[in-house]
Amino acid sequence: MNRLDSLFQKKKNNILSIFITAGFPKLNDTASIVKQLQASGADFIELGIPFSDPLADGPVIQDSSTVALANGMTLKLLLQQLREIRKEVNIPILLMGYINPVLQYGIEKFAKDASEAGADGIIIPDLPMQQYLEEYKSTFDQYNLKNIFLVTPQTTEERIRYIDTNSNSFIYLVSSSSTTGKKTGIDGAEDYLSRIQKMNLKSATVVGFNISNRDSFQKACKYANGAIIGSAFVKAVSNSNDVAQSTKTFVDSILN
Amino acid sequence: MKAVSKYGVSENGYYGSFGGAYIPEILYNNIEELKSKYLGISQSEKFNNEFSELLKNYVGRPTPLFFAKNLSEQYKTNIYLKREDLNHTGAHKINNAIGQILLAKELGKKRIIAETGAGQHGVATATVCALMGMECIVYMGETDVQRQAPNVARMKMLGAKVVSVHSGSKTLKDASNEAIRDWINNPENTYYLIGSVVGPHPYPDMVARFQSVISNEIKGQLKTILGKENPDYVIACVGGGSNAAGAFYHFLESEDVKLIGVEAAGKGIDSGHTAATLSVGSAGIIHGSKTILMQTADGQITEPYSISAGLDYPGIGPVHAYLNEVRRANYISITDTEALEAALNLTKKEGIIPALESAHALAALGKLQFKKEEIVISNLSGRGDKDLETYTNYLNELKYAKQN
Ligand SMILES: Cc1ncc(COP(=O)(O)O)c(C=O)c1O
Repeated sequence: MNRLDSLFQKKKNNILSIFITAGFPKLNDTASIVKQLQASGADFIELGIPFSDPLADGPVIQDSSTVALANGMTLKLLLQQLREIRKEVNIPILLMGYINPVLQYGIEKFAKDASEAGADGIIIPDLPMQQYLEEYKSTFDQYNLKNIFLVTPQTTEERIRYIDTNSNSFIYLVSSSSTTGKKTGIDGAEDYLSRIQKMNLKSATVVGFNISNRDSFQKACKYANGAIIGSAFVKAVSNSNDVAQSTKTFVDSILN
Repeated sequence: MKAVSKYGVSENGYYGSFGGAYIPEILYNNIEELKSKYLGISQSEKFNNEFSELLKNYVGRPTPLFFAKNLSEQYKTNIYLKREDLNHTGAHKINNAIGQILLAKELGKKRIIAETGAGQHGVATATVCALMGMECIVYMGETDVQRQAPNVARMKMLGAKVVSVHSGSKTLKDASNEAIRDWINNPENTYYLIGSVVGPHPYPDMVARFQSVISNEIKGQLKTILGKENPDYVIACVGGGSNAAGAFYHFLESEDVKLIGVEAAGKGIDSGHTAATLSVGSAGIIHGSKTILMQTADGQITEPYSISAGLDYPGIGPVHAYLNEVRRANYISITDTEALEAALNLTKKEGIIPALESAHALAALGKLQFKKEEIVISNLSGRGDKDLETYTNYLNELKYAKQN
């Protein structure tokens, strides 16, 4: 069974996901970070595929992408590292990246290699639903790779229903209309999140963007099954000499 | 603004396999709204009256079609220059800016954002925003802020906020990234006024339609001058490809008219310092559109280079990727030095200082074989005021080289 499916079956509340750009801050830090995230109690991981032009990201994740690329990270190397990581880590791991690197890698080859390396799903912010359904879905399904859709404060109720119908995993609720890490905290998103909560979607929901600490994590979890922390964590490890220790300190500050 | 069928955009936004709208979900409503309304609005009588009136009395259209006698003698053919440089604000960019600002007004948007390379689109946008009383923010790469300083000063005087962008190669691609990020952060009140035939559908088609006034006028003017509407060649420079798309538009279905797009080779297509996308690029997705772009084998977008800020872009409009693929248009490239020489040549021979971008189209005249009786149109997309410093430096270098 897909690890994401098992997670959302087992756990309904306070699911914590952490995002980290692969190959950041150092090329070989990813394994230590991911292992520590599991040890400290994160429920699933989003592993960023670095891209030269990350349009939906704010400065923190943009910079981490630039550093990772300069470190020599590629999609191929990322999948090699993931294969090694999977020997010790069994929580769900999602890849998050832009469409162009995936396209150049080859859709079918990507789905196969990512799945074999141990990825459970993917988030591609610049792949619209329609294109996914027409050109990607059958391949991703064949390799049991979940495609995660985003919903934003702008998304109409009708479209949320449509996304829910076509989703085969959780739905990513973007907390505000913004690039990543634009604000700290999700104040102001309560009405939107409770509106979605009341829709009783069939899919699980996880809130992301602007979740930065224990307080915003807990707030988000009132309205959804869990929440994702990105920029705040990337920042926390960015100047670290001991990424495992920094990871532990960060996750502890959220959960304990 | 009649639709062109064979080479026009499909209902879901494609030219062959190129185009589409690869945008984050946050922009879904914005793109859907544009998609469902741009044709209706831009084909309404009210819009057309306003658009024509502004093009005539504000922009100064129609622009002349000038028979360049000395250039014609030099190249032993008949060369006509379509004088887009004589437009208000000095380039073709204003045609599109007028069209889109009227659309933005109709959509009830108050805040306008734009990207700019050479600054001509930024100036055009700042100008129409001043005219309509709208807030204007222009994103411009730091490199371009420096090399196109006169246009930065103009935008500021016109009341625009110019945001200098420090990421990547600090040029047009990076300015476009930042403009898209702004849009993601302000989807409700903001209209993104894109300056070329790039970006997600419906922008490429919309911009081409607003620029199609260029070829529409050429047809009428040739009819008056020569008694026939079609030339043998239409030549235009290609950054994103808007002046070329406009100059080609009404000739696309006349297959005997040869269409030539001219990209910037920079220091040469094999030098690693080039912006000749169709020579060195491959299929992929940039700024919401599937097209040809410059990238690594790993799908990272590479940094382009050209002396001309307006051509310094690693992608190309999807319509050109398609016209190239089906060989309806031919694309060649011109180096920095060839463009500089062509600019000096036009200045000396015809008393017209062209924009560096347009100088690429002029340099192409020396690369093609024309017959004596053929009619050749070169689209002079803009004037060279913004490039004076670059020209002066080049002239000084030449003088210095001669002395030593
Ligand atoms: C005078 C002039 N010509 C051409 C261009 C290139 O743009 P496009 O290829 O969209 O016509 C620019 C862009 O800034 C310009 O200023």
